[in-house]
Amino acid sequence: MNASSTRTLPRTAPPGALGKIVLNEARLAWRVPGGLVSGIGIPVVLLVIFGELPHFHQHLAIYGGDTEFEVYVPTLIVFSITMLALWGIPNQLVSYREQGILRRLSTTPASPLWLLAAQVVVQLCITVTGIVVMIVLSVTAFSATAPRNYGGLILSIALCIAGLFGIGLSIAAVARTSGGAGNLGRVAFFPLMFFAGLWDPLANMPQWVQDIGHYTPVGAAVEALQDSAQGTFPPFAPLLTMVGYAVVFIIIAWRFFRWE
Amino acid sequence: MPPEPEGETPDLTADASTPAVQITHLRKTYGQVTAVDNVSLTVAEGEIFGILGPNGAGKTTLVECAIGLRNPDSGTVRLMGLDPRTDREEVRQIVGVQLQSSSLQSKLRVVEILDMYRSFYRNPADMNELISTLGLTAKRNAYYRSLSGGQRQRLSIALALIGQPRLAVFDEMTTGLDPQARRDTWHLIDAVRDRGVTVLLVTHFMEEAERLCDRLAIVNHGRITALDTPAAITALAAGGKQVRFWPSAPFDDHLLTSLPEVIRLEHDGRYITVIGSGELVNAVILTLHAAGITAHDVQLGTSNLEDAFIRLTGQQPAAKGTLS
Repeated sequence: MNASSTRTLPRTAPPGALGKIVLNEARLAWRVPGGLVSGIGIPVVLLVIFGELPHFHQHLAIYGGDTEFEVYVPTLIVFSITMLALWGIPNQLVSYREQGILRRLSTTPASPLWLLAAQVVVQLCITVTGIVVMIVLSVTAFSATAPRNYGGLILSIALCIAGLFGIGLSIAAVARTSGGAGNLGRVAFFPLMFFAGLWDPLANMPQWVQDIGHYTPVGAAVEALQDSAQGTFPPFAPLLTMVGYAVVFIIIAWRFFRWE
Repeated sequence: MPPEPEGETPDLTADASTPAVQITHLRKTYGQVTAVDNVSLTVAEGEIFGILGPNGAGKTTLVECAIGLRNPDSGTVRLMGLDPRTDREEVRQIVGVQLQSSSLQSKLRVVEILDMYRSFYRNPADMNELISTLGLTAKRNAYYRSLSGGQRQRLSIALALIGQPRLAVFDEMTTGLDPQARRDTWHLIDAVRDRGVTVLLVTHFMEEAERLCDRLAIVNHGRITALDTPAAITALAAGGKQVRFWPSAPFDDHLLTSLPEVIRLEHDGRYITVIGSGELVNAVILTLHAAGITAHDVQLGTSNLEDAFIRLTGQQPAAKGTLS
């Protein structure tokens, strides 16, 4: 439809308006805590379970001397990001579109894009909180080695978030109903979690599976996070892979997002 | 005001120098369907202007084009002299809109929603005053999802007014409300107008249009079929004739509905009401007489806007309280 009519970006609403929208979205995230549960609760519970398993704390050559638990920390970080990106964001935005909330907002000096931005900000805060909780818990409670290359770690997390949020926003863009968004999210979720090594770390897979994994956003993210944890700056290949996914999917989301 | 227009689509130009709404030759099609077909109308500042028509007549599309939510295929729209597409930022500051079938986040409180919407405007209304005007004081800390239909509608109206607009647009604002809530809403619209706000009101309720509007446009198949005061439209369209009687013997409706003077016929117990125009009384009595039937207890009356609506659109208006 006439996308240009609603895509005009900045409006002359007073400063502070975006802050109010973010505040309300944060209240909603707290009152309807599905995102908190799936983005922080489930990965943290898994982290605690894995941390309690004695054989997860053996140093293994196949993991470059790391323990299986240490290998799982990046996987659970990616799991948390994927949960919020693929379920949290599309679910919320598509239901806002279905209920006419985006449309209602586009009759005011605020843009519906602000609500989208507020959603991303709130999900981002939940994601970052979950990641910090998991890293701190893994180091303090389960004696994992603290990450040694913080620059690499932060860059890897940022690119992973950009790529996966891009995929989530693309799902929100093309899905017509929240049911459809849920289905697309599930279809994308399970293969991604496989390549993130949730069922078994990628290092235990046949070489060709690992090769494919390197070109998925989650496989690349886990690889880059593991390198950062071990103290080396991640190589360009996984970083570039994540940049590629981020660029492509953010463009798709931008191009195809329907406001009503 | 006396009825004056005779043409098919009269375009009454209001007095004020810069009209609140000026729509000129507006057209919008969806594929093969022409939703709005060459509509022109002008609303003066301070007026309550109604857009009345059956479901699917193009009312909502017309309003969406008017407020810049949709781009028309051709024609121009000016709100307070501004183009809602090119001056959209300014237009959104001075035009408050209540949309049909739009919802809000279910777990936000009334006061949180209002406070957020309030932050969008340069010169917002006093929130507490608005909350009390709309009778939402007891519900100010309630979640949106716990509000009744009438309370949601009042909140929606409050959101349309929180920016202190010069023009308020209400699309089917009383649809789904019970009669008491509907009458309360009407009082509210009167109060809004008393503040000097121009109101553009979309409705398919006759009673609402008759009660509230200074002028109204009847829209059908995307066209304006009449535009005038409610009283003038009634007079213009129906010719104002009704005959009520009880017949001495039953007869087939077709006997009367086939007459050119007759628009329709209603049964009410033993009584029959015939609505039409021209020499209605003579035509009815003579036709019945020729069939050997006597019309007893004959009463004459004038028709109302509802009859005008049927005459102009060929459709029954929505019954009171009907959900669209």
